[in-house]
Amino acid sequence: MTKLQTDNECKGLRRTGILSCEELASCPGIPSEERLREGPVAVIECGEEIPCDPCEANCPRGAIHIGDVITSRPYLDGDSCVGCALCVSHCPGLAIFVVDLRREEGDKVTLPCEFLPLPKPGEIVHGMNREGEIVCDAQIVKVDTNTHNDRTAVVTLLVPKGYGMEVRFFCEDEGKNDGEQG
Amino acid sequence: MNAETPDILVVGAGPAGLAAAIEASEHGASVTVADENAKPGGQLLKQTHRFFGSERHYAGTRGIDIGTKLVHKANDIGVKILLDTPVVGIFDGLVAMAVKQRRLLAMHPQRTILATGAAENAISFPGWTLPGVMTAGAAQTFVNVHRVRVGERVVIVGSGNVGLIVAYQLRQAGSDVAAIVEAMPNIGGWGVHAAKIRRMGIPILPQHTIKETRGDGRVEQVVIHQIDKRFRPVPGTETVIEADTVCLAAGMSPRSRLAEMAGCAFVNVPELGGRMPVHNVVMQTSVSGFYSAGDIAGIEEASTAIEEGKLAGLGAAFSLGRVEQTVYKERLMAYTEALDELRCGPFGKERKQAKDRVVKRYDEIAN
Amino acid sequence: MRRIHEHPILGTLKDAEECTIVVDSKLMLARAGEPILAALLAHGVYATRLTEKLREPRGLFCGIGLCTDCLVTVNGVQNVRSCITPVEEGMVIETQTGGKRER
Repeated sequence: MTKLQTDNECKGLRRTGILSCEELASCPGIPSEERLREGPVAVIECGEEIPCDPCEANCPRGAIHIGDVITSRPYLDGDSCVGCALCVSHCPGLAIFVVDLRREEGDKVTLPCEFLPLPKPGEIVHGMNREGEIVCDAQIVKVDTNTHNDRTAVVTLLVPKGYGMEVRFFCEDEGKNDGEQG
Repeated sequence: MNAETPDILVVGAGPAGLAAAIEASEHGASVTVADENAKPGGQLLKQTHRFFGSERHYAGTRGIDIGTKLVHKANDIGVKILLDTPVVGIFDGLVAMAVKQRRLLAMHPQRTILATGAAENAISFPGWTLPGVMTAGAAQTFVNVHRVRVGERVVIVGSGNVGLIVAYQLRQAGSDVAAIVEAMPNIGGWGVHAAKIRRMGIPILPQHTIKETRGDGRVEQVVIHQIDKRFRPVPGTETVIEADTVCLAAGMSPRSRLAEMAGCAFVNVPELGGRMPVHNVVMQTSVSGFYSAGDIAGIEEASTAIEEGKLAGLGAAFSLGRVEQTVYKERLMAYTEALDELRCGPFGKERKQAKDRVVKRYDEIAN
Repeated sequence: MRRIHEHPILGTLKDAEECTIVVDSKLMLARAGEPILAALLAHGVYATRLTEKLREPRGLFCGIGLCTDCLVTVNGVQNVRSCITPVEEGMVIETQTGGKRER
């Protein structure tokens, strides 16, 4: 079966479903380079104006700002954010991640996962980028299935240094594209 | 008027119908909701994902749970819900329904709110009648309500929110999604839904469509090809995908037969799914005593359906003298503002303008 | 088997009373109360009927009782919409060809 070629080449969200570098850079929910280096922080990859505010409503630190116009893209106040990851499961678009880029031994990426079977801590999986390509190996650090997450598991992966702003999903077997039941 | 006839009959127990029933009941009207399905909730029954909007719209809550909340609220407030009871016709204000699909019941309620929703458009191509070709809604129903996989490997036609969400739900159910094909040059639905799909490795192919399906007794292969900006196939671009299921997510149209029978005036609004009954600011149609709310009044979302339901319930109850003037004005403003808020941004703007045209058309007809 | 036993959002499929139905003379176990078509799909039966003239297979299309593609004969009565009609113990289901009622 021929692999279906998608025409990605930085064409952006509207055309490909993948945020281009420019679009990512212009998301008010993406923290500064400086803040990213300081430790766990939310990365809100919300690139379009849609009516939605659970991230703002649920942040215990008031670090996410949407304001009066509900379609505004959320702004992340990096100084107030401590990277608690509560927002990760509350975003209906599953567009919020928490990254920790501090350590030399690897970056940590916390992402939402609504598939079975859930991975187990310690398991080695493949890290996937926004285009669904496998880009590295990753180790599962934590799987949070607390009921306050309402069935969105919050999974933390350890990925090689430098991949923290690239890995946004993962898969288990070689050639299979996510950890879902067969 | 016998004991079975309520002040207000609501047709459809989806988000719009339930919201209308709750609102009207709050003002003291007796309300019955009739729904053709075995369970109330309409489309919400199939929506396992979290909803958008704000807290008043249950944002962050899963569609299935919103449905449950609305039903409980309706039950608590004394709304009577008749299930397995399709409304089969409207004859000069007389509403006929088949209770439990058997007993014919006809009633003449003082007000009727039509909240019958929408149905998926069918698109045809060679092989479209083969088992395995179905609407995206059918796949959702069987997977999320009946808990049966509809196929192993799926091609989805249409990248609007329905196509994107169903792709995600099919993966959650354990099916493989080979591709989403989209006729337009851009993805139809919201970026966040598309992003979820792309990072799972599911290709979305703009300017592609289905050429045909092949198979013996069931879909076995799906042939897609590229199309140009005028939707003409580009020769030599056929790709054969091994798949056993095709889900059609090419738009929805209002289910408005009852509005036609009631004699409502219609208007064609492409941005809202096509022909729909005209309505005013409180969702009253051109026929006195008849209201509309939700997808029947233009394809939007559950959040707008809920607000329109409230408006219709408010309007109907007010017209029966059940609502004080100040309360009416307050709520009218609140619900209208809520709708304006939801119809903001690049996706909502077009719908807002379309809705303004509908109300304008109502004014033209009424005067 | 196509039943979704474990689902990340819907959870574990609850046990249901078993219901025995007959489909084209074969016994089939269904879950009490589910639509006929759900039982058929769960057992890999996709075609509910063949068309009158060209004998082409038809099955699930709209899933909500609107399109009439999924018709089957139930207990001798033709043209029953299998996607919305619940199974009953002992129901005799036959896939049908065409749909003209016998007079």
